[in-house]
Amino acid sequence: MVALKRVVDYNVRVRVKSDGSGVETDGVKMSINPFDEIALEEALRIKERGQAEEVIVCSMGSADVQQQLRTGLAMGADRAIHVETSGAIQPLTAARILLKLIEKEQPGIAFLGKQAIDDDCNQTGQMLAALWDRPQATFASKVDIENGTATVKREVDAGLETIAIDLPAVLTSDLRLNEPRFVKLPDIMKAKRKSLDAMAMDELGVEPAAELEAVSFEPPPKRGGGKMVESVDQLVSELKNKGLL
Amino acid sequence: MSRILIIAEHDGTTLNVATAKTLTGARAMGVDDIDVVVFAADPAAVAGQAAELAGVSRVLSVAGADFEHPLAARLAPEVAAIAGDYSHILAPSTTFGKDLLPRAAALMGVNQVSDIMEVIDARTFKRPIYAGNAIVTVRVPEGGPVVATIRTASFAASDGGGSASVEERQPQASDPGHTRFVKVEGSDGEGPDLSSAPIVVSGGRALGSSDNFAIIYGLAKKLGAAVGASRAAVDAGYVPNELQVGQTGKIIAPDLYFAIGISGAIQHLTGIKDAGTIVAINKDAEAPIFEIADLGLVGDLFEIIPELEKAL
Ligand SMILES: Cc1cc2nc3c(=O)[nH]c(=O)nc-3n(C[C@H](O)[C@H](O)[C@H](O)COP(=O)(O)OP(=O)(O)OC[C@H]3O[C@@H](n4cnc5c(N)ncnc54)[C@H](O)[C@@H]3O)c2cc1C
Ligand SMILES: Nc1ncnc2c1ncn2[C@@H]1O[C@H](COP(=O)(O)O)[C@@H](O)[C@H]1O
Repeated sequence: MVALKRVVDYNVRVRVKSDGSGVETDGVKMSINPFDEIALEEALRIKERGQAEEVIVCSMGSADVQQQLRTGLAMGADRAIHVETSGAIQPLTAARILLKLIEKEQPGIAFLGKQAIDDDCNQTGQMLAALWDRPQATFASKVDIENGTATVKREVDAGLETIAIDLPAVLTSDLRLNEPRFVKLPDIMKAKRKSLDAMAMDELGVEPAAELEAVSFEPPPKRGGGKMVESVDQLVSELKNKGLL
Repeated sequence: MSRILIIAEHDGTTLNVATAKTLTGARAMGVDDIDVVVFAADPAAVAGQAAELAGVSRVLSVAGADFEHPLAARLAPEVAAIAGDYSHILAPSTTFGKDLLPRAAALMGVNQVSDIMEVIDARTFKRPIYAGNAIVTVRVPEGGPVVATIRTASFAASDGGGSASVEERQPQASDPGHTRFVKVEGSDGEGPDLSSAPIVVSGGRALGSSDNFAIIYGLAKKLGAAVGASRAAVDAGYVPNELQVGQTGKIIAPDLYFAIGISGAIQHLTGIKDAGTIVAINKDAEAPIFEIADLGLVGDLFEIIPELEKAL
């Protein structure tokens, strides 16, 4: 089971609305969160190696997220689940919904992105693993599966850590795990016939968590305009003047 | 009741400086009691170092053979078990804190505040979203603890000179056994640490090969600097992944940063926003890195670096 979040495309330079009430998302290009696309690619490869029978993609949000689920189906997922929520949800609620889906679908792996590039929270996978009371392997850059155990290389500050976890488990993908495939036109046609189940969050009996309140939004502080130097000597003397050398 | 608990990050013998930075963030919250908890196979040395940090009230020292490697599945229930005594649970926003704290937060039934960059009051914080393109001020609702990671690049390390008491505690949970540490591979640890070095020299895709990257290491050595890299340089295999600077690499705040042969993609810039002075060297005068650099020099890095080394 792979969680796909619909987010502002990573190439878009997001702007804060002038009244500070949020960020401008009208008419902006939306995509699958890049980490989630990588998670899906890895799930498809696991299936192609004969180590999984089915790949299910799921997403939570408004009806718009069905676009990203269709893209996931076109990439090769077998079926999709859309859980309709009123408005955006935060990680703990997302994890509670995913847990309900897990209880229904009994996947061997719940694959998420390590972070959504809109809220940059980096929480949902870890929270899901806690609620499910199963292992987590976050920031995965290599996954090998054998006899019910996943051996995962994780990108940590010190370098690459390897852990072994018993399945079922939660994995979250890092960027270097793989390069997602491109979707081909015939696959888009085929994806239209695949099943996409929609249900409301309330139907699942999920209790939403207390949310953090967003008080205001602002653009990041601007760095002061820089200065071009003409030569190495000038660079060195500027740095000496600033007391940096 | 207002009390803060900080989860110490360490390698078994030395307290990571990220903990002292987290402490500075904690002290900005206006809460008097700040405790630090150390989970380790043999916590004495690390607990002693934590006790010396100014502003710490107590150090909780929890020994367990299965704490040798910080596995989130093992530690999260321990954190949740002692969390009841605290209004705030904090960890650094390093891969250690990011892996562990959300798991503990879920056990406590609350959302986490990730990457606090500024403290407004004890429950209100600023944090970056959209790769730093926007800053949101969030307030944690009453009725549950504040569980948060601290963006270490935003806070200086707290000073030493403290003398907190150290209390020994027993582990509350047991090893679930389903998660096993195998190994960790890192660079040889030569030269200063990228996360905390005052000077960092980073190279990008322009270096072209790992052999060519030696020129970056050479300059860094001359400057006593740590070496960093763009994701493109890491992906191409010029340097190991732990040198990556940016949204998905390390967020750093050196006094002086050299971006050499790096174009300045937004995801890279996110990692260096808090640097004191940014120097960009790039042969393309239109490269976006020059828009944020304090000092820019247009030219071929393979000519400029040898000249620079000579001039130093
Ligand atoms: C979700 C996501 C997360 C990401 N996270 C990160 C991250 O954490 N960190 C990161 O760095 N990137 C990240 N990226 C990638 C980022 O978008 C860029 O692709 C990357 O930073 C480009 O690296 P670069 O500047 O080295 O390469 P390029 O963009 O190819 O730039 C190379 C530069 O070198 C210059 N050059 C070439 N030859 C010479 C020469 N001889 N002398 C001087 N200059 C020369 C060129 O003019 C050019 O400006 C992420 C991308 C995504 C989608
Ligand atoms: N609304 C959502 N729909 C689908 N997946 C989600 C949603 N929210 C979070 N996720 C998953 O959780 C990961 C981490 O998100 P976050 O904790 O918000 O950074 C994402 O990469 C997704 O895989």
